[in-house]
This record gives sequence, C-alpha cells and structure tokens, in this order.
Amino acid sequence: MITIQKYVRAKSLEEAYQLNQSKRNRIVGGMLWMRLGRGSVATAIDLCDLGLDTIEETEEQFSIGAMVSLRQLELHEGLNAYTGGAVKNAVKDIVGVQFRNMATVGGSIWGRFGFSDVLTVFLAMDAYVELYKGGVIPLEQFAARKKDTDILVRLIVKKTPGAFVYTALRNQRTDFPVIACAVSQLGGEYRAVIGARPAKAMVIRDEQGLLAQGITPDSAEAFAGFVAERTPTDSNVRASAAYRSHLIRVLTARATTELGGI
Amino acid sequence: MEQREYKVVGKSFRKKDSMQLLLGKPVYVDDVTPKDALVVKILRSPHANAIVQEINTKAARFVPGVVDIYTWEDVPQTRFAIAGQTYPEPSPYDRLILDRHVRFAGDAVAIIAAETEKAALKAMKLIKVKYEVLEAVLDYHTALDNPILVHPEEDWEPPCEVGGTNKRNLVASGLDAEGDVEAVLADCDIVLDRTFHTKAFQQAMMEPFTAYAELDRYGRLHLISSTQIVFHTRRILSRALGIPKSRIRVEKPRIGGGFGAKQTAVCDVYPAFVTLKTGRPSRITYTREEAQIAGSPRHEMEIRVRLGANRDGKIRVLDLYTLSNSGAYGEHGPTTVGLSGHKSIPLYTGSLEAYRFGYDVVYTNLQAAGAYRGYGATQGIFAVESVVNELAETLGMDPTVIRDQNMVKEGMVMPAYYGETANACALDRCMAHCRQMFGWEEKYPVRDMGNGKVRSAGVAMAMQGSCISNVDVGSATVKLSEDGTYNLMIGAADMGTGCDTILAQMVAEMMDCRFDDVAVFGADTDASPYDSGSYASSTTYITGKAVEKACTQLKANICAIAAEMLDCAPEAVVLESGRVCNIDTHQTVSLTDISYKAQVGNCIPAEATATHSSPVSPPPYMVGMVEIELDKRTGLVTILDYMAVVDCGIPINPALARIQTEGGIVQGIGHTLMENVTYDSHGRPVESSFMQYKIPTRLDMGTLKVEFEHSYEPTGPFGAKSIGEIVINTPAPAIAHAIARATGVWHRELPITPEKVAMSLVEE
Amino acid sequence: MEIKLTLNDKAITGHIEADTVLLDFLRAQGCYSVKRGCDTSNCGLCTVLLDGKPILSCSMLAARADGHSVQTLEGLQEEAAEFVGFLADQGADQCGFCNPGFVMNTIALLRENPDPTDGEIRAFLAGNLCRCSGYDGQLRGIRSYLNSRKG
Repeated sequence: MITIQKYVRAKSLEEAYQLNQSKRNRIVGGMLWMRLGRGSVATAIDLCDLGLDTIEETEEQFSIGAMVSLRQLELHEGLNAYTGGAVKNAVKDIVGVQFRNMATVGGSIWGRFGFSDVLTVFLAMDAYVELYKGGVIPLEQFAARKKDTDILVRLIVKKTPGAFVYTALRNQRTDFPVIACAVSQLGGEYRAVIGARPAKAMVIRDEQGLLAQGITPDSAEAFAGFVAERTPTDSNVRASAAYRSHLIRVLTARATTELGGI
Repeated sequence: MEQREYKVVGKSFRKKDSMQLLLGKPVYVDDVTPKDALVVKILRSPHANAIVQEINTKAARFVPGVVDIYTWEDVPQTRFAIAGQTYPEPSPYDRLILDRHVRFAGDAVAIIAAETEKAALKAMKLIKVKYEVLEAVLDYHTALDNPILVHPEEDWEPPCEVGGTNKRNLVASGLDAEGDVEAVLADCDIVLDRTFHTKAFQQAMMEPFTAYAELDRYGRLHLISSTQIVFHTRRILSRALGIPKSRIRVEKPRIGGGFGAKQTAVCDVYPAFVTLKTGRPSRITYTREEAQIAGSPRHEMEIRVRLGANRDGKIRVLDLYTLSNSGAYGEHGPTTVGLSGHKSIPLYTGSLEAYRFGYDVVYTNLQAAGAYRGYGATQGIFAVESVVNELAETLGMDPTVIRDQNMVKEGMVMPAYYGETANACALDRCMAHCRQMFGWEEKYPVRDMGNGKVRSAGVAMAMQGSCISNVDVGSATVKLSEDGTYNLMIGAADMGTGCDTILAQMVAEMMDCRFDDVAVFGADTDASPYDSGSYASSTTYITGKAVEKACTQLKANICAIAAEMLDCAPEAVVLESGRVCNIDTHQTVSLTDISYKAQVGNCIPAEATATHSSPVSPPPYMVGMVEIELDKRTGLVTILDYMAVVDCGIPINPALARIQTEGGIVQGIGHTLMENVTYDSHGRPVESSFMQYKIPTRLDMGTLKVEFEHSYEPTGPFGAKSIGEIVINTPAPAIAHAIARATGVWHRELPITPEKVAMSLVEE
Repeated sequence: MEIKLTLNDKAITGHIEADTVLLDFLRAQGCYSVKRGCDTSNCGLCTVLLDGKPILSCSMLAARADGHSVQTLEGLQEEAAEFVGFLADQGADQCGFCNPGFVMNTIALLRENPDPTDGEIRAFLAGNLCRCSGYDGQLRGIRSYLNSRKG
C-alpha cells in the first residue's frame, strides 16, 4: 500500500490545484485504486469538502461532481431515465455496494483505466469534463490525453437526444469486465465504445453508415464486425486477444439489436 | 436400515458460538492477543530457485522500531515438515525455518520483528539480498529426473517410506492394482482414454493464516494460532525449534475458516522463533497476498483415465495414473494423491472386474501445495465421473441409469478401497432421490432458449472417507459440574464447521441432559485430551465416537458414586433426566448432590476421558445434479440450479450438514468456472489477491437444494459418517457434463472459463 | 494528526497518521468486529457505516472520517440482534469471520429497502464474500426474518 506523509482537505480548488503541482502530491478519489500502489505520496489532497458530491440536472445537461460516487450514479433517476438504465447497468456489477459508495466518478474518469466500465459508458454519450485550468473539453479528447497536474472538477453529460445500451462480460459477476461494450445513437450518429480490451476504452463511430438504413439483425452484425475489426485487443490473465475480438463482435451485435429494439 | 429415535442428536441446534460470531465479538487470534505484540513480517524471494549469496540487514536494523532480523544463518539446522499429520508423517522433512536455498517465488528469506507494521515493512525494503539465481523447474511434467533438483540437500529425510527420493524430484510414487487390467481392456467393447487437469486452487478462507506467540508464566512457549491441528503444531514446533514438547503449549481460539489450509502449520514457526529469540510476544498475520502465494493450496494434478466398458454400459475396468504437483515442499504430497484413485475407482465397485491406480508426486519450484477439502478425491472424481458421463453419452445411455447399473451398493466389498465393506451405503437411494427432486427427466434434454442460449443438465457422484483408518485418534473428556451440567473438552478444532456443537449434542444425548447444559472447550494442548485434529472428515466420526465412549464411562462413574450414596450396587442404579435412581427402591439422588459428593472424600472421578480410532473409514456418498444456461456465443455458463442428495449416515445436526454441503458445492462451482491459477515467468501465481483470484459471489451460484438419504453406519457415533469434504467433489464433473451436453465439447481442464467454452465452438 | 468523529454515537478524538486506514483506526479503538480479509477492497469483511452508508473501512483513510459519523457492529448490537438469530437458526454463521461485515451491510440493506426480494438481497450483498456457507443459508436466514416481521 502507498504511504502518505500528509493529508490535506482542500478549502478551494485553487488550493488543491497549487498542491497538485508537486509531482509528489496526489489528489485522492475513492482511494480504492490508488492505495494499492507501492509508492509514496507527500501530500494527499482531498476534495471532499468542495461540494463536488452532487449530480445537478437541468433541462440541458447533467453536471456530475468529481466526488460523486458510483452508487449515486446507479441510483440517480434522471440519469438512468436519460440513458435507459445504461449507467446503472455499467456500474451495478462493480465489486459491491460498499465499493460503489466509495469509488468516485472523478477517480474513475481521471484514471482512464483500461478496465473502466464508467469511462466506457460515458464515452458513448455527449459528455465533457470540466478541468479546473483546462476548461470544458470533450470526454473523448480528455481520455486520449496523458495525465497532467490539472484537476477534474466535473463530468458533464449533455441531454442530446439519443439511446444507449451497455453490456459487458465478466468471468465472475463482480469482476473486472473481459470486454465492456456501450452502443449509442446520439442525434442520429451511431457509435460503439469498447472497454477492457484490456486497454483504455475506444470509440468506434459508424463511419461507413452501416446502420444508416436502420438497425436490422444483418446491419447490426455488419456494424459489430466493423467495430471488432477496428478495435485492437490484447491478452491478459482474464482473456486472450482472440476471445476479446470474438466477444466484441458478439456483444456489439447484441447491444446494437437491443438499441434497435429488435 | 437401523433407525433410532434420539432426543438431541438429529436436531438442528444453533451453533454454540453463533451469537458471538454474528454479533462480531472478539474471538479470533488477532482479537484476543495483545495489541503491543511484535509484528512479524517475512521477506520473500522474488526468484523461483536461488541461493542467498549475501544478505545485508544493517540498514534495515537502523529503522526505528525494528527489534531484530533473522536470516538463514540464525536458525536451527534440523529439517522438518509443516504438514499436520500423525507421526511419522508421510510428508518429507524438507524445510528449514529459513533456508539459504529458496525454492519458490515467495519462499522465506528473512524474518523481521518490529514494534509496528510500518517499521517492519520499511525494514523489509532495506534488506539487501544478493541471489545466485538458478534455473527453475516450473513445468511439473518435466520434474521427474530433471537435472535441476528442487531439493539437492543431503539431509532431506522422509520419515516414512512413500516411494520418493529427492534425487529424482520425486516426493512419492506408488501403484495399486487388482485383476488383469490390460486383458479386460482388450476385451471391452469400448475404451475411453482421457486426460484431465486440475489446478492449485486456494482455500481462500476469510481469515488468512495467523499466529501469536508469547512466553507464559512458566517461561514456556505459548502459541495461539488459527489452526486445525494443535497437537501436530506442537510436535512440528518442537522439532523445528529444537525444544521439548513440555515447553510448548498450542491453543486455538475461533478460526476464520480452514478447509484444510490450516492443517498445515504455514506460519506458526515464525512468531514462535521470534518469541524464543526476543522473549517478547509476537504475532504474524499473513496478508491476503501471502496467503495466495505462500499458502497451502490444492495439489495440481494431471489424471489419465482409461475406462473399459461393454456396449450395454457395464463398466469393467478403470486404469488411473495421477501426476501430482507438490510444489517446492512435500506437505501432504504422498497422501493427497492416493485419494485421487482410492476415492474415485470404488464408486464403480458394482461392476469393476479390474482396476489399476498408479501415481507419481513431484517437486517443482512453485508454491507448495497442501491439504484442501476433498484432498485428492476432488481431482480424481472430476476425472472418473467425467469419463463415465462421456461413456454414457457415447453409448446413448442416460448417465444416471448407467450409474445405477455400476455403482457401489450396500454390503459390497470394495477392493479398490482397501477391501472395506460398504456397511452403510445409500448411494443408490441418493441417485433416485436426486433424480426425482431435480426433475432429471425434464432437465436432461438440451433445450434451446433462443439467441444462442441453451439449457442443459449434468450429474456426478462422489465419495470420501470418514477418517484415516488405523491412524486418526480422537479423544474427549467429559466432566460433571456441581449443578449437574457438563463440560466437554476436545482437541479437535471447530473451524466454523460446528463440531463443538455436534459433539455437545452427542454428550446431551448420552447423558440425557439439555443441549444447553453442555459447555465445550477446545482446543489446547495443555488442557485438551489428544486428538489428531480436525481433518480427513474425521471429527464427527472419530472424535464423536470418543465422546460416546467417554460418556459411557462417565455414566458408569456417576452411577458408582451414586451407588455409594444410595448404599447399593452400581448395577442397581440408572442415570436419567438429571438424577440417578435405584431401580428397586426408586430412591434417587440428584446430579448436584452426586457432584458435590464427588468433591468430598471421593476416589471415583466425576469425569471420564476416552480415546477412539477406527480400522475402517466408511465413505459418505453423494449425488449432485446441475442445470445450467449456456450462452454459446459468449461462452458464459450460468448456474440455474444445483441439487444434491447426501448420505452422511445419520446427520447429527441437519442444518449444519446442509450448510456444509451448500458451502462445498459453491467452492466446487468456483473451481469449475472462475477460480484460475496462472503463473508469471518466475512461477509466481498471478492470482495473488481477491482482485485476481475470483471466488464465487452470491450472484454466481444459482439456487441450491440439498437433501439427505440416511444410512446407519454401525461403527460411527449414532450411525454417523462424515460430511465435511465430500461436498466439494461433484460440481466439476457435473458442470463439465452439462457444458458438454450443451456444446458437444468435453472440457477436461479447470476452470472452464467463458473463453474456453466460446472458443471451443468458434474453432469448430 | 488529530481527527474528531462520532464513533458508535460517541464523540471521540483520535490521533492517526496521514495514511492510517479507517479499519486499523477502528480496531485500535477496540472495534474488533471490523475484520481484514483482503487488501484490495474485494471481500466486504471490513464494512462499516459512514454517515449511515456502508463502506469498506480497509480502503478509506481514517483522516476522511474526520467530522463524520462511523458505526461498527459494536454500536448496532440491538439492531443486529433483531435478525441474526435467524441466521444462527440456519447454521449460516459458520466460521463467523465474514459475519460482521455481512451483518453491517444487511443492516444497510434493510434500512434502505425494508422488504427486499431475494434478487435485491443478493445484489446488495454481492460485495460480501463468504467461503463457508455457500450463501443460500444466509439468504434463508434473512428471508425467515422478513417473514417473521410480516407475522
């Protein structure tokens, strides 16, 4: 487990930001992943007093504070109504209720973890992150960036009309996914997001218009084949690259047909 | 079947400790031992096979709070085994407390004693070790006669002859056969020749290995350990530390699960050594990672089965060869392997004309294996039951019917089971009962559920033993208290199984008293009568019989005291309902009066100790059936229902027997579908945490249903046999069967992950 | 550093290091019901309530509990005693090492959802591992408690 010399509850984002400029300091999210490291942290910066633990819903968007727990996502009626339960489906099998009470949206998104169900599901949406210095940028752009010393303040999900389906396969019900798969239709645009490849989630858009004429069992299969071809996979202890590629095809096809209401 | 009416036996009493446990009272090693004990930590080798050339602890010793650090130069040089087995142990003496030659990634290199965990961990990082890294034996197929020897040392010593030699990396070897196997095989209509592979599954008991040591008020070493084997641990420590047994006391409080892991003294020697060296109390608590990489898991086995049968389904011959991987040390290696044949082949006593069972157990530079519930039978039964299922499918026969034709039945002599007779055997009734309860006729046909999903069913039988015959010894002391209540003292170890409770039920039955009037104490080498310990499914059967005997003796003693009080012959009185009555005069004396009398001018003990051992080990039997839903495209297998019927003789406490069964089934489901063991290039298990080693959650096991078919075992207490181990044996073959029914593919290696299922179909 | 919190309804002050986890702090306070079963937030044995919500005390900095309310099984004996007897009747306690975390999370479940279905019970308690019981006995125990409440 990591060692920590000093613990500070930031009184402002500015204070947190200043502290975070030192490489030896770290912002703590749920502490679930970070504590497993073996390194040493000079100052652990806690954002828990900054009121970032709420989900604000307006006509246009959901504004999800960095300290919102995965359990809050799971239980949020508005978010699950908008996503057709996709958010709940994405988080409900993550370890257990206690874990989800602790794991934060900020920690999950900031970490850009390969196994992340959370990053996978939100990449299927019209989503943005608000960075303290960097301002609001698309989540997809953020996911591609390297970690820096900025602070993730909020996740913003625009209520762009759309539909979402989330599915994953796990060797054991509360394990990391072998493949995580979100498929969405946003303002007429179809995309699939594949996580746990096992590398970081990738967004694959329907560039060839395979679903342009509507979702049928055949077009769904075609789209799934396209997504599987475009998504590099690798092997780890949970599965081989070949099986992952196979699963991407199966899960994407199923999620797409479900999206099409077939 | 003999069926008697009992007042207390056969009833589902709550466990004696249940409310303490459920309300979170401090009852485990870490709760009941002083907080300021020294923290003991082990520096472990990163290499699978290496010699410690230099070890520099100077900088580490400067860490504030570090009390001492020990290396191979500091420890006694007598080799020992940490397997909890009766002397002379079948396990070789191949360990030192710290050895210059480290033999697996995780082997102990140095012992650190510090005031705090933080100081110990800091010191661990500062110990500088220079290793001469040697080539390692990581593939157990290549271990035998490999030029690289895991144990090249000259002082390697087997206390028993088990056919092993360290010069060949051979822990044990053997052969048992009856009849002309090759001739019968040649005469069979069908011969199946199949090879199976099971892995080094972890017990994953919730409380990791932990032990505390102190010097008691006499300056003796007092160990409080989470152990199934207090007496064996005392003997092991005595040899390892070179001190007499009279200077050692080993005690267990409540145990947070064992499943055989704690039938090996995995961590006890470390705090014992530290306390002897420093004179201070010390405690070691393994992290989950240590429990996973330096614990005592199941023996990995490869089992080749040749089965010969006639077209009508008569199983005529079984030929097994087991290659068992003992890892870096030999604990339980020579014995676990035996069960892979001796507790699988006899299931088909009904028809077998010949059998052969050969085995080799080899050393490798991997984590040492040990005892795990099922103890080799689990591996063997996966192989044999899978082959029988394949036979049935090949012949187009119902696999339950083929078993009806061939299975062992009551009264049969079992040549492959040491010639024992199945005195109590309801296996046939278990099959009929389970078939009916499960709805086999409806669930056996494969059903297409649409969208690539199919439902199917599988079946398996199992057996185990009820002790190690002619070896295990159980004892019990029963004492009368002044108010007519009783104390039961045992050396067996309740590890959550409920043995304290079921043995108290036996006392209450025998002494004709209330269950609540029996207090249980165990286990402590100073205070308990000798017991081999709780393993080999033996506590109900062996220690239970000792309880029965002790109560018989105590009754006689009580009657003798009462007879003096009533001034009559002991034969003229009987003990019933808390008093002794003269059957002629109807004069009575209360137990209270008797026990007070026992304390005044009395030479007849108001207590009795009895010891029991058994020349036979009556097998319990079981049938398990599973219904799964299998997704042919993702390969995901979902357990819908698991139903089982068990013959454990007479269940002493049906609720506890049921929970034992359910727990064993779910462990078996874990091994079959999700618990994996893979190694990195150093031979270190990748699944070194619960993040990677995935045991079933309550979402992974479907719905369970367990019922019993009684038989009456004449040599057991109240007709009981055993329950603890057999229950883990049916899931692997039954689930593999259901998967084969659904997909047409027989999986012969565990675990059967979604990937294996899906890719076996893609490749076709 | 110093923290002030409410532990089992009592205001206490504790002295900790910055990286002390809540589990170790609670055991040092004599709350021995809180158990460590893994180091990776996977087993649920260390479950306590933080401001009424179940969390894993192995993974939470004690410093984070400053200003909050923590409850362990030591502080909820009566609420637990209402239903744990039903688990005892099933023999589902077994080795007992997972019991405190399991009981704490069951308390959280029943506060949030007083009449859960079997599926809801399984889902809520999925993060509480048990290696002994096979889980069904625990479910039966909770079910028989719920049935008893309905009379």
